[in-house]
Amino acid sequence: MNLNPIILTLVTFVPLLGGLVLMAVPNRDRDIRWFALIVSLVEFVLALHLPVYFRAERAGVFQYEINLQWIASPNIHFHLGIDGISLWLVLLTTFLTPLCVLISWNSIHERVKEFFILLLILETAMIGVFVALDLFLFYAFWEATLIPMALLIGIYGHERRIYAAVKFFLFTMVASVFMLAAIIWLYAKTGSFDFATIQQAIQAGAVPGFAAAAPWLFLGFFIAFAVKVPLFPLHTWLPDAHVEAPTAGSVLLAGVLLKMGTYGLLRFNVGLFPAQARENAPWIMVLALIGIIYGALVALVQPNLKKLIAYSSVSHLGFVVLGIFSLTQAGLNGAMFVNLAHGVSTGALFMLAGILHERRHTYEITEFGGLATPMPMYASIFLFITLSSVGLPLLNGFIGEFLVLSGAFQARALYGVLAATGVIWSAAYLLWVYQRTFFGVNKNPKNASLHDMYPLEKIAVLPTAVAALIMGVAPILWLKAIDPAVHSILHPVAQFSARVVGQ
Amino acid sequence: MTMTLPITEILAPPNVDYVRILPELVLSFFGMLIMVLDPLIDEAKAAKTVGTVALVGALASLAAVYVQAGSPGEAFSHMVRVDNFSIFFHAVILVIVLLSILSSFEYMAQQRIRAGEYYGLILMGAAGMCLMTSAVELVLIFIALEISSISTYILAGFLRRDPRSSEASLKYFLLGSFATAFFLYGVALIFGATGSTTFAQISIALRTGYVPTLAYVAMAMIFVGLGFKVAAAPFHVWTPDVYEGAPSPVVGLMSTAPKAATFAVLLRVIFEAQLPGTFWLIWFAAVLSMTLGNLGALKQNNIKRLLAYSSIAHAGYLLVAFASLPASGIPSAMFYTAAYAAMNVGAFAIISHIGNHGERYTSIDDYAGLGQRAPFLAAILTVFLLSLIGIPATGGFFAKFYVFSAALHSTTPLVGLTIIGVINSAIASYYYLRVVVVMYMKEPQGEAIPLTPLPAAARLVLVLSALFTLYLGILPGSVLAYAQDSVRNLIP
Repeated sequence: MNLNPIILTLVTFVPLLGGLVLMAVPNRDRDIRWFALIVSLVEFVLALHLPVYFRAERAGVFQYEINLQWIASPNIHFHLGIDGISLWLVLLTTFLTPLCVLISWNSIHERVKEFFILLLILETAMIGVFVALDLFLFYAFWEATLIPMALLIGIYGHERRIYAAVKFFLFTMVASVFMLAAIIWLYAKTGSFDFATIQQAIQAGAVPGFAAAAPWLFLGFFIAFAVKVPLFPLHTWLPDAHVEAPTAGSVLLAGVLLKMGTYGLLRFNVGLFPAQARENAPWIMVLALIGIIYGALVALVQPNLKKLIAYSSVSHLGFVVLGIFSLTQAGLNGAMFVNLAHGVSTGALFMLAGILHERRHTYEITEFGGLATPMPMYASIFLFITLSSVGLPLLNGFIGEFLVLSGAFQARALYGVLAATGVIWSAAYLLWVYQRTFFGVNKNPKNASLHDMYPLEKIAVLPTAVAALIMGVAPILWLKAIDPAVHSILHPVAQFSARVVGQ
Repeated sequence: MTMTLPITEILAPPNVDYVRILPELVLSFFGMLIMVLDPLIDEAKAAKTVGTVALVGALASLAAVYVQAGSPGEAFSHMVRVDNFSIFFHAVILVIVLLSILSSFEYMAQQRIRAGEYYGLILMGAAGMCLMTSAVELVLIFIALEISSISTYILAGFLRRDPRSSEASLKYFLLGSFATAFFLYGVALIFGATGSTTFAQISIALRTGYVPTLAYVAMAMIFVGLGFKVAAAPFHVWTPDVYEGAPSPVVGLMSTAPKAATFAVLLRVIFEAQLPGTFWLIWFAAVLSMTLGNLGALKQNNIKRLLAYSSIAHAGYLLVAFASLPASGIPSAMFYTAAYAAMNVGAFAIISHIGNHGERYTSIDDYAGLGQRAPFLAAILTVFLLSLIGIPATGGFFAKFYVFSAALHSTTPLVGLTIIGVINSAIASYYYLRVVVVMYMKEPQGEAIPLTPLPAAARLVLVLSALFTLYLGILPGSVLAYAQDSVRNLIP
C-alpha cells in the first residue's frame, strides 16, 4: 500500500486519536502509561516513513502533500506538506514525545490520565504547526499548542506553576493575535490562505496595497514568532515556564515549542517577505546577538539548575535567529541544525535535571556537589550531554554553531566575532555547573546515598545521547535534506538583493 | 410615498400570510395554554407538566419555522417578510429557547419557583423576538420589541425572595423603557424624514432623494434604543447588575436570544433600510464596548458579572461587522450571534447548576477544584470558555475571525478597528483563562461547595451546546453558507 498520500495526516492525528481513546480508558495508571507509550512509539515509527521516502533532490517542492477543501468560504484548505526543514522538526517531535512519556512514568502519579491525554494532544498540535501549509490551519495548530502546554505547567508544575502557566499563555496569546491580523489581511487581499499561492502572489506583485502594508505584516508575524523563540527582550516568560514546568513539559517546551518560533521566522518571515527580511535583518541580528551573550551571562550566575538550562536556551536560540537572518546558505543550514541539536541536547539536559529533582526535590546547585561518586552513570551521561551542548566537535552542537558562525561572518564579520564569544560563554557556564555539581566536596549528607539512574531513566535519556553522537558524526544525513530546502527559500532573497544592487 | 392596498386585502389577508407568522402563532398559543393550564394542575406536579408543554411548544414552533421556510415572501401589507435571514434568526432564537427551557427544569425545582408564568413568559417573549427578525416595518418592530422586553423584565425578577433579583428587574425595566422610548422617537423621526416606516420605502426615499438631517438624528435615536438591548457601550451600565441578579437560566436566555433578535433588527436598519450616518456611530460603539467590556471583566469575582462584562465585549466584536460591507458583514454578524448563543447558553446552564439553591455559589472561587470533583462539568465549561476566548476549533474563533476578515474586506480596510479588536481579544483571554485556572489548578479554600448530581435535561443542554460550539468551530461551512445566502434578498 502506498502510504505517501495519507502519511502526514496519520502522523498528525494519531496522537490526538490516542488521546481521545485514552479519555474512554478506565482510570488505571499502569495501563494508561503503557498505552501512551505505545501510541507515541507507533507515532515515531510512522514518522520514520517520512525521511525514508523523502526525496531530497526535489527542492522547493513540498512532499507528501495533501490538499483538501475544508471550508468553501472563506477558502480554507486542509493542506499539509513538508520540505527538508519541517521534515526534521516533525521527526524531532515524535522522537522526544516517547521519551517524555518514559521520564514521566514515575514522576507523575496524580491525575495520570489527564497528563498523558494532554501530552498526546500537544504532540498533534506541535506536528500540525510544522506540516500545515494553509495559513489558517497553521494558526489553528499554533494556538492549539497553547492550552495543553499551559495546563501541563499549571497542573503538574512546581510551586509557582499557576503564575508561570498564565504568563506563558498570555505572552503567546497576545503576540499571536498580531499574526492573526496579518493573516487575515493577506487573506482579504489574496483570497487565499494557501502558503504557496500567497507567496507567488507576493512575488508577482499581485497583492494590492502590499508595499505599504508589508513592513507591518512582517512585524505582525515577527512578534508572534519572536515571543515564542524567545528573542531578547521578549524572553521573560521562558525562565518562569521552564522552572515551574514538569520535566516532560520543559523537554517539549525547549525541544519543540521554541522551534515553532524559529520555524515560523524562516517559513513565513523569510519565506513570504524576503525584501522585508533583508531590510530588517540588521537589527534582528543585533537582538539575536544580545540574546546569545545576555542569555549566556545570566546562565553563568544562575543558582538554579533548571533556570540555567532555560537561559542557555535563550542563548542557543539566539544562534538560530542569527543564522536565519544572516540570510546566507551556511547560516540557514546551521540555524536549522542548531534547532535540532538544541532540541536533543537541551531536552536531555532537562530530563537529567528532572532526575535529580526526583531524588532531592530541589534544583539549587549549591545543594549538590561531589555527585560523581554516588551516581557515576548519571555523571557520565550528564557530561556527554553537556559537551554536546557546549559544541564539542563530533557531537551535535558543533556543526550547527560552526555553520551559523560562518554565515554570520559572511553577513558581517563583527557579528561573527561577537557570536563566537557565545561559544566560549556556553562552555564556561556548562562546565562550571558540571564541576560544582559533580566534583568537589559533597556538602549535603543526603547526596551520598542518592541512587544512580534507574533502568527506566536510562531508557529515556540514552536515545538522546546516541542521537547527539550520530548527529555529530554524520550531520550530512540531516543536511542533505535541509540544504536544498534552504536554498529554495533563499532564492527569492538573493533575487531581491540582486535587484537592489542592479538599481 | 404611500402604499395603496385594496382594503379587502388589509381586512382579510390571504391564508399564506398566516404561515409567514406561524412560529409566532404557535408560541403565543402555547404561552396562553400554559397560563390556562397552570392553575388547573396540582401544584406538586405543575413544574414538570408545564415545563414539558413549554418544551413541546418550542419544538412545535421550530417545526413551524421549517414549514414556513417553504413559503418565503411578504405578508400583512409588507409588514412581515419571511426570507433566509429571518429563518436563520428564528432557528437561532428557538434553539436558544429550547435549551433555556431544558436547563430551567432543574432550576425550578432547586429554587422552588412556581413554574406557570415562567414558561409562559419565555414562550411569549420568544414570540416577540421571532417577530422582530421577520418584521420589516418599524412600528411592528417596536411592538415586537416591547413584547420581548416586557417578558424579560418580569423574568429577570423571578427570584422574588432575592432582593438582587428585584433590583435587577426594576433596573432593567426602568432603563429598558427609557431606551425603547428613544427607539420609538427615532421611528417617528424616520417617518417624518421619509414618509414611511417600511424598510423598502425608507431605503428608496433615502437613495433617490435628498437625505435630511432628521434622518441622521433618527438613526442615532434608533441606535440608542437598540444599543441598550444588545448591551453595547455606552448603553451597557445596566448589564452587570441585571445579569448578577436575574435567575441564571434567564440570563442565559436574555444574553443571547433578545440580543440575536435586536442584532437582526439592527442589520435590517443599517443594511436594508440604509439609514445614514451609521459608520462612526458603530465604530465608536464597537471600540467602547470591546474595551470597556474587557477592562470591566478583568476584576470581576462573580462569574455572572464576569460573563456580563464579557457579553458587552462580545457585542463590541459583533458591531465591528456592522461597520463592514454588507456582503461580508451580514453573514459574519449572523454567524457570530449563533456561535455566541451556543457558548453562552451552555455556560449559564453550568452556572445555574452549580449555583444551587438561592444561587449561593456564583463566585469564581467556588469553582476551585472542579476539574477533579466534576470533570465533565469542568471540561464542558472549558470548551465554552475557550470558545469565548476565541481559540481555534471552537465557534467563537470562527465568529471573531469572520468579523475581522469582514472588516478588512471593506473598500477601505478597517485596520484600526481590527487591531483594537484583536488586542481586546488578547486581553480577554486573561479573565476567561482565570476560570480555567481556578477549576483545574486551585484547591478549594475551606470547605468545597456541595455538588448535586447533574440531571439528564441539564446534561443534554450541555452536550448539545458543546456540540454546537465545536461544530461551528470545525465545520462552520454550512452555517456560514446559509448566512451568506440570505444576504441576497436583504440588500435592495
